[in-house]
Amino acid sequence: MLSIKGLHAKVEEKDILKGLDIEVKPGEVHAIMGPNGSGKSTLGNVLAGRPGYEATAGSVQFKDMDVLELDTEERAREGIFLAFQYPVEIPGVSNMEFLKVSVDAMRKHKGLPELSAVEFMKLARETSKRVDLDANFLKRGVNEGFSGGEKKRNEILQMMLLEPELCILDETDSGLDIDALQVVADGVNSMRDGHRSFIVVTHYQRLLDYIVPDYVHVLADGRIVKSGDKSLALELEAKGYSWLENGEG
Amino acid sequence: MTDFQQQALQLAAQQSAPAWLTDLRATGAERWASTKWPTRKTEAWKYTPLLPLHNDNPARWASVDNCAWQEAIDPIAVDATRLVFINGHFRPEHSSALPAGVVRFSAADAGQQDLIAAHLGKVMDSSLHLFGALSDALLEDGILVHVPHGQKLDKPVYIVNVATPEATPAMSSQRVLVVVEDNAEAELIEHYVSGIEQQNLFVNSHTEVVVGNNAQVQHYRINLEQENLLHVGGVHVDLHRDARFLGFTLAQGSRLKRIDYHVNHKGQGAHLGLNGVYLPRNRQLIDYHTNVEHQVPNCTTDEVFRGIVGDSAKAVFNGRIHIHQDAQKTFAEMSNRNLLTSPTAEVYTKPELEIYADDVRCGHGATIAQLDETSVFYLQSRGVSRADAVRMLSFGFINELLNEVPEQAIQDYLRPRLTALFGQADEKLGHMNYE
Repeated sequence: MLSIKGLHAKVEEKDILKGLDIEVKPGEVHAIMGPNGSGKSTLGNVLAGRPGYEATAGSVQFKDMDVLELDTEERAREGIFLAFQYPVEIPGVSNMEFLKVSVDAMRKHKGLPELSAVEFMKLARETSKRVDLDANFLKRGVNEGFSGGEKKRNEILQMMLLEPELCILDETDSGLDIDALQVVADGVNSMRDGHRSFIVVTHYQRLLDYIVPDYVHVLADGRIVKSGDKSLALELEAKGYSWLENGEG
Repeated sequence: MTDFQQQALQLAAQQSAPAWLTDLRATGAERWASTKWPTRKTEAWKYTPLLPLHNDNPARWASVDNCAWQEAIDPIAVDATRLVFINGHFRPEHSSALPAGVVRFSAADAGQQDLIAAHLGKVMDSSLHLFGALSDALLEDGILVHVPHGQKLDKPVYIVNVATPEATPAMSSQRVLVVVEDNAEAELIEHYVSGIEQQNLFVNSHTEVVVGNNAQVQHYRINLEQENLLHVGGVHVDLHRDARFLGFTLAQGSRLKRIDYHVNHKGQGAHLGLNGVYLPRNRQLIDYHTNVEHQVPNCTTDEVFRGIVGDSAKAVFNGRIHIHQDAQKTFAEMSNRNLLTSPTAEVYTKPELEIYADDVRCGHGATIAQLDETSVFYLQSRGVSRADAVRMLSFGFINELLNEVPEQAIQDYLRPRLTALFGQADEKLGHMNYE
C-alpha cells in the first residue's frame, strides 16, 4: 500500500530525513518511535504534503501513485489521513461545517452524492459519541477552546468520518491521560479492519499497550535504524534510545 | 472653492425648504463654502482621495426612478416599520404605515418640529464633518424617529435606501434623526443597497442619534452597493447617563466609501459597543473613521472592526478614542484586524488613543495579515480544495462578528450573500480602471 524508498526531506533548509525506507502493507500497523528531533513528525507532514516540508530525494508510492506529485487535498482524497500533533484552531468556522465540507469532498471524489444536512448531522453526532465528545463540540469553531484531549479526540472523529486507507497518527498520545488515551485507542482499534493501515508515530511505548503494532521501527537522525515486532518497543522503554544511536549512528 | 462646492450651493439656493430649517441650512452652507476642499495633505482624507467625487461633480438631484425595486433588490426579511427611498426619494407605496413617533420632517407637527430643531445638527458637528455641512446646506427633508420616555418601539425601524442607475452624475441625500428619551428603547436598521450595476450616484447620508438616560439604541448600518457608487456618510451619537448604543456596520462596494462614527460619552455609565466589517475588492475603497469622545467618568467602549481586502482594493480604518481629563475609570477596547487576500490590496490602519485621565483601562490592537497557511493546510489535509479552504477561512474571519449580530433576520440576509461573495471568482467582476 505504501512504499517509501530512500526518502530525504528538509524543513527550512535543514535536512531532517536522510534516506528513510518503509513498506506498509494493507491492514498493518507500524509504530515509529524515536528520540526528539529524529524526524518522526517530519515523516507525517511530508506524507500529508505540508508546505515547507520538502522531499529532496527518494520516492513515496501509495497505491501505485507518486504521492510527492499530488497536492495536499488530492492525497487526502486518495485516502491518506494525518492526525495532527497540534490540531489547528479555526474560530468562525464551525466544526460541523468543516466536517461536512471534508466528508463531501471525499464523497465527491469517490463519485458518491453529498450527504444531506440532516443525514450528516446524524452521522456526526453518532460518531462523536464513539470518541466521547459531546455533540456541542460540533457547533463550536474548529478546535476553538478545546482542551488538548478534546482536540485529539476531534482528530479521531475526523478520521472515523473520512474513512481513510492510511492513517498517520502523529504523537496523538502526547499529553493525554490514561482515560483519554483509552478512548483514542478504542477509536483506532475499531477502525482496524484488515485493510486499513496505520502509521503510529509516538514518543512513548505506553500507546502501544493499547494499539498493538505489527512492526516497530526506530527512527534516529532521519533513518530507520532498527525494526522489529512489538517487543522492540518494550526494549526501548527499558533501555532508552542511546544504545541504538551510538551503535548504528 | 471647487466647482462641486460652488454648484452644490447653487443647488441649495434652488430648494424650497421649510422656514424652520433655514438657520441650519445657512450654517451648513457657510461651512461647506468656507472649508478648503480636502487633499492628500488633509489628515482626515489622507488615504481617501476625493478625486472621483471631484471629477463626477454630481451637483444635481437624482431622478425619481420607478423601477420595480423589490424585484431588483430583495430587502432584509425583518418584521419592521419599513421606509423605502429610491435615489433619495421617499416611496410611500413601498413603505409601511408609519407609527406615531416615526415621521418625515416634511410631515412633522409643531411639537416634532421643535424636537427636530432642538437636536438636528447638534449631535453632528458640521465644522468637523465637511459632508455633514453639505447635508445641512441641502437639508429639505429627513426622518425623525422619536421614542418617548420609558417606551419601546414595537418593531424596528428599517430604512431601505435603494440606488438605481443615473444617466449622468447625480446626488442623493439622506438624513435621519433618532431621539430616544430616558429609559426608552429603539432598533434602527439603515440599509443602503444598489443591486443593479449602478452608475453615477453620490450618496451623502448622515444620522444623528440621541440616547437618553438609561436608554438603548440597537443600530445597524448595512452598505451593500455596486462598485461605481460613491458614498460618504456618518453616524453621530450622543450618549447620556447609563445610555447604550449597540452598533453593527458592514460595508461592501463603492470606489469611494467613507463612513464616520462619532460617539460622545456625555453621561456617566454610558456604553458603546460597535462591530464593523468591511470587504472591499476589485478597485473599491472603504474608509471607516471612528471617533469616540470619553468626556465623563465611568463609561465603556468596545469596538471591533475586521476587514478582508482583496484584488487592488483599499481599506482605511482610523479609530480614535479620546479620553478627556475628567473621564476617570474609563474602560475602552478597540481592535482592528485585516486580512489581505491579494498582493496588490492595501490597508491603512491607525488606532489613535489620546488619554488625558490617569485612571483608565484602555487597549487597542491592529493587525494586518494574510491567511494562516497552517489553517489552509489543515483544511486541505481533510480533502478540502485550496480555493474552498481560503473561502471558508476568509468567511470564518468575519463570521465571528456576524454570529454576534442580535437581529437574526440580518444574519440570515447577510450570510448567504457574503458566502457568495467569497465563493465568487474574482475575475468575474473584472478590474475596472477609473482614472
